Amino acid sequence: MNQKKIIAIIVRILLYAFVIGFFVYAGVNGYFSPIFEQSDTFWVLVGQHLNLVIISSFLAIVIALPLAVLFTRPRFRKYEWIASNVANLAQTVPSLAVLALAIGILGVGFKPAVFALFIYSVLPIFRNAVAGFNSINPDLIDAGKGMGMKAGQIFWRVEVPNAAYAIIGGLRTAVVLNIGTAALAYYIGGGGLGVWIMTGIELFDNAYLISGAIPVTLMAIGFDYLLRGVGYVISPKSTRQTADTATTT
Amino acid sequence: MISFKHVSKSYTGTEKAVNDVNFEVEQGEIVIFLGPSGCGKTTLLRMVNRLETITEGSILINGQDIGELNEIELRRKIGYVIQSNGLFPNMNIEENVTIVPDLLGWDKKKKHKRYKELMQLIGLDPGEYRKRFPNELSGGQQQRIGVVRALAADPPVMLMDEPFGALDPLIREKIQDEFLQIQREVKKTILFVSHDIDEAIKMADKIVLMRDGEIMQYGTPSDILIHPKNEYVSQFIGRDRAIKHLSLRTIAQLQEEIGLVEIDQSIVDSKQVNVHENLKDTLAMLLNQEADQVIVHDDNDEVQGAITIDRVQRYLHLEMRQKPAQSGGKEKVME
Repeated sequence: MNQKKIIAIIVRILLYAFVIGFFVYAGVNGYFSPIFEQSDTFWVLVGQHLNLVIISSFLAIVIALPLAVLFTRPRFRKYEWIASNVANLAQTVPSLAVLALAIGILGVGFKPAVFALFIYSVLPIFRNAVAGFNSINPDLIDAGKGMGMKAGQIFWRVEVPNAAYAIIGGLRTAVVLNIGTAALAYYIGGGGLGVWIMTGIELFDNAYLISGAIPVTLMAIGFDYLLRGVGYVISPKSTRQTADTATTT
Repeated sequence: MISFKHVSKSYTGTEKAVNDVNFEVEQGEIVIFLGPSGCGKTTLLRMVNRLETITEGSILINGQDIGELNEIELRRKIGYVIQSNGLFPNMNIEENVTIVPDLLGWDKKKKHKRYKELMQLIGLDPGEYRKRFPNELSGGQQQRIGVVRALAADPPVMLMDEPFGALDPLIREKIQDEFLQIQREVKKTILFVSHDIDEAIKMADKIVLMRDGEIMQYGTPSDILIHPKNEYVSQFIGRDRAIKHLSLRTIAQLQEEIGLVEIDQSIVDSKQVNVHENLKDTLAMLLNQEADQVIVHDDNDEVQGAITIDRVQRYLHLEMRQKPAQSGGKEKVME
C-alpha cells in the first residue's frame, strides 16, 4: 500500500519534471515563437478548432442522446444492438477515411470536417448513455412506478440523475477524441490548429509543430477537466462511485 | 376492506400464474402471501396496485374496483415496499422518504414535519440522516427507510414484497419486531409476500398459502398449523408444526386453560420466566434442563406457579384437538 503510494508519487514527480523540462526546452529554442509572432493567425486557428469541436460535439449530443433514450425504453430495448452495431461500424472506419468520404458528400472545407467529427463522436456518447441507462437497477424503476410516479417523473427524477455520470463520461471521451481528430481537418481544408501541425511535419519545422500541438493538447486536457467538473456538479456523489470504478484507469 | 374476486392472471395462453383466487382481507390486518418461489404470490401482490394486469376477475378496495381507478392515483394511495428497498441513490434520505408526499404536492413545511415524525417512528435521528444518502446507511437502516417511505402519505393499504428477505437473521428479527410495533400504532391493512414460514407465523394475522397460482389454505397462523387442509400444506409448514404453534401461545394462555403446577418449595435450583413468554421458548428452556424448576411470575413479579414439560404437552394436546371452526377465519373466506 505504502510502496504503491511512493511509486505513484515518484512517477508523478518524474512526469511533471518531464513536462516542465519540455516547456523550458521548447521555450529556449523558440519553438513557441509562431504563437507570439503570428498571434492573429494563431487565434483564428484556435477559433476554427474550437468551432469544429463544439459544433460537431453538439450535433453528436443532439443525435446520440435521444437515440440512447429511445433504445433503452422497454419497447425498443431489443433493437439496441442494431444501433450499437451501426455506431460501432462508423467508429471502425479510420478517421482519414471518414474525412475522405465526407468530401465526397459535402465537398471541401469546414462542413465536411464537422460532419466527419460528428460521425466520430456519436458512438462514445451513444454507448455511454445506453450503458448509463441500462445500469440503473430495475428495482428503482419498479419502486418509482409502485409509488405512483408517472413515466416522465421516473425518467427525469430517477433515470437521468442516476445515469448522468456515465453520460458525461461519454461526452468527455467524445470531446477529447474530437479535439485530437480535428487536427486532421486541415487535410480537407477544414482549418484549425492542424494547419500548423501538418505544416510543421511537412517542413520539419518544430516551431510550427509544437505551436500547433501544445495548444491542442492543452485544449483536450482543459475540456476533460471541465466536463469532469460538470459531471461532479450534476451527479450526486452516491451515484458516482459505481461509475468511477468502471471508468478510472 | 380488500376483496379478491375470481382473480386470475395468465401471461401466455393457458398457463395461469394466478388461478381463480378468492378471499377477503379485513381492515388493519396483516395478511401474508406464503409459498415457494413461482407460486404466484408476488404476481398476486402486484396486481393490487396494478403493476400487473388482471386477466380475469377483480380486486376491490373498500368496495371499489381498482380496475376503474386511475392507476397513478391508486398507487399513490398504496404504500409499496420491495425487498431491495428501492431507495433512490440520487436522493438524500429526506427526499427519499417524502417522495410520495412530494408527488401529491404537499408543501415544504408539511413534508419536513412528516419526515421528522416518520424518522422518530423508526428511532433514527431526523437531523442526522437528513442529508445523507442511501448508500451511507446499513442494510437494516435502508430497509427501515424503505418502510417509512411507504408510510409517508399515510396510505390505508401497504404492499410489501419480501421486505425483510435480504437482511441477515438477527437484524431481520429486530426489524420484524419493530415493524409489528409500528403496525400496532398505524393499523394499516397490509399485504405481505414471504417464503419464510416462521416470518409468516410471527407477523401474520392471516396467511394465504399458495401453490401454482392457487390458494391451498387461507386462515390464521394457528388455524393453518393445527388444521392443515391438505398434504401440501402440512408438508410446507413442516413436521414441527406443533412446536411452531407453541410460539403463538403464551404461558398466560396455558394458565387460563389448564392452570400451572404448584411450586415445590424443596427445590432450590429454579429459574424465573415471565407469564407472557411464548410456549415455544418456554419449552426450549425446559428441555435445556437449565434448572430443576421453572417458576412463572407476572409483570408485577408476583409468582404464579411453576411450569413443566408435562403441562405444555397437555395444553398442546388440548389445542391440537380443537375443532377448526373455533379458529375462525376460514368460513367467511371460502364463501
